[in-house]
Amino acid sequence: MTLEAQSVQSTENLPAQTNNPIPSSQPLSYRRAFMLVLKRDLTIAMRHKDDIINPLLFFVIVITLFPLGIGPEAQTLSRIAPGIIWVAALLATLLSLDRLFKSDHHDGSLEQMLLSPHPIFLLVLAKIFAHWLITGLPLILIAPLLAVLLHLDENSYGALVFTLLLGTPVLSLLGAVGVALTVGIKKGGVLLSLLVLPLYIPVLIFATSAIDTAALGLPYSGQLAIIAALFFGSLSLAPFAVGAALKVSTN
Amino acid sequence: MNTLPKKTSTSLLSGVKLTCIREERLLFDELSLQIHAGDIVQVEGPNGSGKTSLLRILSGLSQPYDGQVHYQGQSISRCREEYQQNLLYFGHLSGVKGEMTAEENLNFNLALHGNNTEDSLAYLAKVNLLGFEDSLASHLSAGQHRRIALARLYQSSAPIWILDEPFTAIDKQGVASLEKLFIEHANRGGCVILTTHQDLISIKPEQVKKIVLDYSS
Repeated sequence: MTLEAQSVQSTENLPAQTNNPIPSSQPLSYRRAFMLVLKRDLTIAMRHKDDIINPLLFFVIVITLFPLGIGPEAQTLSRIAPGIIWVAALLATLLSLDRLFKSDHHDGSLEQMLLSPHPIFLLVLAKIFAHWLITGLPLILIAPLLAVLLHLDENSYGALVFTLLLGTPVLSLLGAVGVALTVGIKKGGVLLSLLVLPLYIPVLIFATSAIDTAALGLPYSGQLAIIAALFFGSLSLAPFAVGAALKVSTN
Repeated sequence: MNTLPKKTSTSLLSGVKLTCIREERLLFDELSLQIHAGDIVQVEGPNGSGKTSLLRILSGLSQPYDGQVHYQGQSISRCREEYQQNLLYFGHLSGVKGEMTAEENLNFNLALHGNNTEDSLAYLAKVNLLGFEDSLASHLSAGQHRRIALARLYQSSAPIWILDEPFTAIDKQGVASLEKLFIEHANRGGCVILTTHQDLISIKPEQVKKIVLDYSS
């Protein structure tokens, strides 16, 4: 501790606090609190690149293995391509969910966030948005490239991107509810899949149906509208459910 | 069961008939306490006697089995945001992220609780971490983690401090300066509720109120 002497001196130079009345603090505006948590989570993810690379690598590996296993016939592959891409996206998201609250719970920063003078849903929404930026967005960017490997019908590319764009946030939002419920449990991995996968099934069904419809050259706006409804429904309700679940988990 | 005496209307924080049950064991029963501005309260008791449970209940993190916590006469569940604006809780876990530097950790903690982050380097200096501000927290020791978290105390504007074992892994000199800080805080009209197994050195016994948890079943 060579710094001892130096810091003892600097103690005296600091803005005098003794006997002052306690200064009042201003709570941050909603937007600034949101940005603060978002920036923190993105910083952590950037320094811990495994979190970004792992789900993405899983996604790529699963999709590249299918043509090898099934054979290179274009017809078979383009028939099953929407299902493979979406199932892989779903499992990649599931794989990454654990990180959403677990490390914060382990080191106590989750407690500090719950005790901060901000509405919990706001902080939760920022964390979920960060999670989507880290896992959902890369999937959307790389999916069209991988679709080429699977001979996806060329009419379907638009539908693939749109369903992923609307669907992956739903996966993050609904998954967050499951993680929040299981964060206090030591080995909650299996329970998490059981809780979350049934909720993912509607997204999977409508997304693959939209891509199939697009391949036939028919309008797929109906399926897209249902996924959009799932998105807005979970966007408005999930943060509150996550907040309540976190309170129970830290009790 | 020990209760703090005196019932005045101006208590900052009070617990009314708190009961806590953990793992089917009764930790405390009908515990009532009044904490006023200027108090330093030490919660005492052997391991597993419910000190941490009591502090978590007072901070609103845990729900008591029975009873209520009041902030300025109002139940904390009804004025959550106002209460948390005036509360600083420091738990067993320091809440420091290994992926961020000491300064980033402190800045986040300060900003999250609405404090300004301009003087954060000076506060790191106060906890002997000057020179480590750009080190990732994962490269620092356990004691330094606690110091990063404790640096927040130097700028806290919250009157109520609830500190669970603040002296763990802190060296002697650090303990002394923390104790000095607690006295200053109490003199400014705040209150400090803490648990520790160490004897307080510079805080005189008559300044400290004690709550002893020794419920034996």
